Amino acid sequence: MPDGMMPEAEILEPAEEVGVSQRTILLRRIVGHKGLLVGTSIVLFFILVALFAPIITRHDPYGQDLYHRLQNPVWYADGDWENPLGTDRMGRDYLTRLIYGSRVSLIIGFSAVAISMVIGCTLGIVGGYFRGRIDMMINYLTTVQLSMPVIIVALAIMSLTKGSFLLVIFIIGFFGWTGFAIVTRSTTQQIRSLDYIVAAQAAGCSNFKIIFSEILPNVLPQVIVVATLGIAGAILAETGLSFLGLGVNPPTPSWGLMVNEGKVFMFTKPWVILFPGILIFLLVYAMNMLGDGLRDIISPEGRN
Amino acid sequence: MNELLKAIDLDVEIRMTEGLLHPVRNVSFSLGRGETLGIVGESGCGKSLTSLAVMGLLPRSAARRARHLSLAGQDLLKINKRDMAHLRGNKIAMIFQEPMTSLNPCYSVGNQLVESLHRHGKVGVQEASKRAIYLLERTGITAPASRLKQYPHQLSGGLRQRVMIAMALMCRPEVIIADEPTTALDVTIQAQILGLLAEIQKETGIGMIFISHNLGIVSRIAEKVMVMYAGEVVETGSTVDVFTQPLHPYTQGLLDCIPVPGRTKRGTMLGYISRARCPARWASSEGAPLPAAAPMRSRIAGARPWTYTPSRRAGSIGAS
Amino acid sequence: MLIYIAKRFFLALLVTLTVSIASFFLLHYAGDLALVLAGEGATEEELDTLRHNLGLDRPVIEQYIVWFGNVVQGDFGESIYSGQNVSTMIGRRMPTTLKLAGGAFIIALLCGIPLGILSATKPNSWLDRSCLSVAVFGQSMPGFFLGLLLILLFGVKLKIMPISGADSWLHFVMPVIALSVGHIPAIMRLTRHGMIESLESDYIRTALAKGLTSSSVLFKHALRNAVLPVIALSAVTLGHILSGSVITESVFALDGVGLLAYESIRRNDFPVVQTVVFMFCIYFTVLTFASDMLNAFLDPRIRGN
Repeated sequence: MPDGMMPEAEILEPAEEVGVSQRTILLRRIVGHKGLLVGTSIVLFFILVALFAPIITRHDPYGQDLYHRLQNPVWYADGDWENPLGTDRMGRDYLTRLIYGSRVSLIIGFSAVAISMVIGCTLGIVGGYFRGRIDMMINYLTTVQLSMPVIIVALAIMSLTKGSFLLVIFIIGFFGWTGFAIVTRSTTQQIRSLDYIVAAQAAGCSNFKIIFSEILPNVLPQVIVVATLGIAGAILAETGLSFLGLGVNPPTPSWGLMVNEGKVFMFTKPWVILFPGILIFLLVYAMNMLGDGLRDIISPEGRN
Repeated sequence: MNELLKAIDLDVEIRMTEGLLHPVRNVSFSLGRGETLGIVGESGCGKSLTSLAVMGLLPRSAARRARHLSLAGQDLLKINKRDMAHLRGNKIAMIFQEPMTSLNPCYSVGNQLVESLHRHGKVGVQEASKRAIYLLERTGITAPASRLKQYPHQLSGGLRQRVMIAMALMCRPEVIIADEPTTALDVTIQAQILGLLAEIQKETGIGMIFISHNLGIVSRIAEKVMVMYAGEVVETGSTVDVFTQPLHPYTQGLLDCIPVPGRTKRGTMLGYISRARCPARWASSEGAPLPAAAPMRSRIAGARPWTYTPSRRAGSIGAS
Repeated sequence: MLIYIAKRFFLALLVTLTVSIASFFLLHYAGDLALVLAGEGATEEELDTLRHNLGLDRPVIEQYIVWFGNVVQGDFGESIYSGQNVSTMIGRRMPTTLKLAGGAFIIALLCGIPLGILSATKPNSWLDRSCLSVAVFGQSMPGFFLGLLLILLFGVKLKIMPISGADSWLHFVMPVIALSVGHIPAIMRLTRHGMIESLESDYIRTALAKGLTSSSVLFKHALRNAVLPVIALSAVTLGHILSGSVITESVFALDGVGLLAYESIRRNDFPVVQTVVFMFCIYFTVLTFASDMLNAFLDPRIRGN
């Protein structure tokens, strides 16, 4: 082509639009995340076991049978399939108690976190939204809560009240709100300062409405992540309390309590503590994988 | 040959989950002593990536390919990472766009200035500080000795950019790449920084690559210019030629966007670059259709921008 | 800077006071101490006498002021259970707990920080993913279970570690491991997160453009910025490790403050419990204050003003 000549400019027609919806991307990310899938399946498994416990095992977890105390499990010569994992001190079927233990952990975990979520999100959103003195107060409360030796205070309270199922839930829930507060506060602050919120207020939109329609939906993803990780923490907390004898009371089939009760036998019959311990670990591990997976999906960091 | 920096068919390939991206394709240029090469183009055309490719600072997921890439005769393609690090800051230096975040907030200005000299040469503390003070003064910073102890957050944007320039000059490099050094600064400071860079170049004979999307600035500071679009060079030549008689419609389009005081009549529409001509380069270099899993909301599939790279050989210009 | 220190110090004092009062009130309203001490069979009269003797019938705030007044003079009261001076009891057991907590803290930092740096240098590589898996593992393991497992494995099966007591440093190996494992993940993740963010910053790009060595870039430039939040987390971690000593000391029968706290709680030995709570609260606030100071020192943006 000779210098100085300009070729014809073709106006290219736009070919078909290749669009991919947000939902498809999200689904693809979820399916591609192995950790999330593994964690979710294990958690679902535990939930199903807890729900269908009466169908899975026909023994009563509270049913004492003092004639058949401390039976050995099947792999011993004198064990039989009636009690595959043997019986405990009170003659209760061990496997059944392990199965029902999933109910205890899951119920306590979810309920305690629900309480923490309500307290924490309220404080966090209120503080982040209204700022000023209210925010300072809430910040102060958070610092106080974080500076409290929770383990010791919780133990002491449980000891004085002789413990109960509901109280364990309440204590763990009451002391665990800071994670929610911190996360909701920073997100609320970010959203609060956006122009369209200021515009909405100027237009006469009530604070309540703004919080519900704008802030809550945006805070939700992170709250879900904190909640799943919080459930893992709550389950660990309950098992710890029960292990120390200051959690749920016997005869409730809590895995932590079972480790405590089994401690005396651990040198000769290690499975007594191994089974409940491994189950605690497995459930918490799955919960953590779920939470981490959700966090990766919601805000992928460093993923190309 | 007076060639300080030379590149032939420089390519950058980035591997992403959606496919292979070629943000830089077949870029060639040469830079001599005392010369300034301007690289212009809109955001996303690949100009910054080109300079990062030259420096060997591409992100991990990116790969660089070229038929030829050399700095002062040294082949940059065969060099290993350690030797390349020896060249950076030493023979070839770079200034970036965001002065506010380009300095480490935890260390003093003096510390950051002196460390490149320590890294590349066996210089004593006294000598290094002296050079730092000299350069700070040279870049127009008042009270240079006391600045050494200051921290970046205590300096304004313009001052920080001057510190960046001083830092780039510490080891007496032969080539300096300035990637939009004035874009984040206000207009009056812009003019000062530009003047400073031009002065330094005249004084030291350093070769400079000046990257910008601002044609006006480039026309003032660069003798040669390279117009980039969608990762390729669409036009190259002397600044005067390219801007007064552009051969490529894209260059013409860019020039049309600039209102000329006195000439552009009030009320006429400014030129614009039609999006129908600007697909993103998601396809492989053979022009295969886009892979289905593309993350952007809508994209125009399949079309290749036609490219025409006229070359202006010396003496071949007809009417001028 | 001085104003900053003063403000933080005042805040720390206020928080300590609030926590102390809050826990005092919580413990008082949680249950009837007199009933718990006297037992189920006590009559109303006996309970009233007991309450009067222990000063429990005064308003709670007055009880607190009395208690606090004594504390300020160094009098922490006597144990209801043993009659001993509370401060002596605690003082005797302090070294054990400090050894345990100190060891666990050092291990947590020595493992967490380097692993975090390592995984940040190659994000999403197999190395990074394995480190993260190990992290989740550590987070999910109940401390008491790990302790028991260690006892079973190393103490019983392999017989290489003593399983109770606190005589030699060997006695501390398993407890320290059990206590530290739960805290390594958080430190590792935070370090990793901070390093990744730091390595993506513009000033790292500048450092690389200057041709600095990779160790200089990593440690001098990136780590210095990434470490600031880790310092705050370390303070919190040490506080949690101290509290966590309650469980670890019970499992390994180490005669430290944690075990004392646990036993006193079970025996409802209120003066001891209240003192331990106060002491831990002071630890927490002192640690937070120290980390604030360290942060201010390391971050010129705070220091300069």
